[in-house]
Amino acid sequence: MKPKRKTSAQEAVERMHDDAVVFIGGFGRGGVPENLIEAVCQKRLRGLTIVSNNAGTSSTGIARLLEEGCVRKVVCSFPLAKESVVFKGLYNKGLVDLEVVPQGTMAERIRAGGAGLGGVLTPTGVGTDIAEGKQVIELDGRNYLLERAMRADFALVKAHKVDPMGNLVYRKAARNFNPIMAMAADWVMVEATTEVGVGDLDPEAIVTPGVYVDAYVAAIASAGQSMETAA
Amino acid sequence: MTTTGLTLDQIAWRLAQELEPDWVVNVGIGMPLAVVPFVDPAKDIIFHSENGIIGMGPELEGTGVVDNDLLSAGKRPVSLIPGGSFVHHADSFALARGGRLDAAILGAYQVASNGDLANWKLPGARTGSIGGAMDIAIGARRVLAIMTHKTRDGEPKLVERLTYPPTALGVVTKVFTDLGVIAIREGRFILEEVAPGVEVGEVSAATGAELCTEKTCIMSLPR
Repeated sequence: MKPKRKTSAQEAVERMHDDAVVFIGGFGRGGVPENLIEAVCQKRLRGLTIVSNNAGTSSTGIARLLEEGCVRKVVCSFPLAKESVVFKGLYNKGLVDLEVVPQGTMAERIRAGGAGLGGVLTPTGVGTDIAEGKQVIELDGRNYLLERAMRADFALVKAHKVDPMGNLVYRKAARNFNPIMAMAADWVMVEATTEVGVGDLDPEAIVTPGVYVDAYVAAIASAGQSMETAA
Repeated sequence: MTTTGLTLDQIAWRLAQELEPDWVVNVGIGMPLAVVPFVDPAKDIIFHSENGIIGMGPELEGTGVVDNDLLSAGKRPVSLIPGGSFVHHADSFALARGGRLDAAILGAYQVASNGDLANWKLPGARTGSIGGAMDIAIGARRVLAIMTHKTRDGEPKLVERLTYPPTALGVVTKVFTDLGVIAIREGRFILEEVAPGVEVGEVSAATGAELCTEKTCIMSLPR
């Protein structure tokens, strides 16, 4: 069996390089691979294109990467949340590029990328700014935008449980973009809360089969705790 | 703003009455969140949250512990109803576009009499936040907009043609404001109900398009 277990987040992100396109799971603070992100920051990568739903919350998650100067471009659905202070600062100074994508379109473009499709036809965005420069295709009297599939060089994924084969289950709404991103990147790194043995996960409950996972690190307590005490 | 009219809670209460038993409903962030506490639990409405929650329960307050894995689209701690489930993002939006939402409750900057909705970007702004609004607005069977009738500067938000960047075309079915309930049918605003104490003429004057008032009745509110 190909060894996928890494002893640290730093080791897990070893193969990452400058100017890469990187999927990062998460929605708000749920399902964000905080330890892997921290390891990327420490690696001092530059010129990354980050694809994720948000542009960072306060100073955690993608905000850390932005703060460390790792990011050239953000592709997301919701850049201007109240908490996206780091992103807004850089964007207003012209130091980071932005592509805003409707959330469902982003999800479906990633799914298409993972499924080997060239793109999808979606009614979302017809007649809006999002349609600019895109082909409109009419089918049975309804207009659709042709949206290209999206793939990435790397994916950073947060899971609840992992086994040595890389099989994953998620916890509650921390699932979000993680399973589809794991299917659509050339090299997939996972941060899991717990590691279990081969055969311990119910095959009917596995959401991401291990064939999609290249490296994982488990049971890090320092950051990214899903439970926290309210201030 | 007019000095008369409904409070936000009263608008939210009225919109809550619109939801029918067993509907699957998506609730947007901002003003729409005010509607949820007024929905009768006996209706067994199934709330969908775009981040993959089917059967989202009420917001949790004051429990002391926040579970980041169970937050609403507005990033607030929520519960899951018994029988609720989780899906990934592509499936969550497949549900929305695939016609499984009986209604979506969305906030709005502007609504046009042809049902066009604007709620993501201000005119002239470099960018805005779309989130799930474009997908949910085109997917839901009914789009129920909740907003004030006029802007802070007194400009009508119900207009003949949008002047704000559109979110989706021809999707809004009903608008709930501080002045009344306005249905959109065949490219026209129809004032179905007027808020108690508000004159029909006042609503017409505050609306930036023709308003049909032939069958308007006075809204009845709970005591």
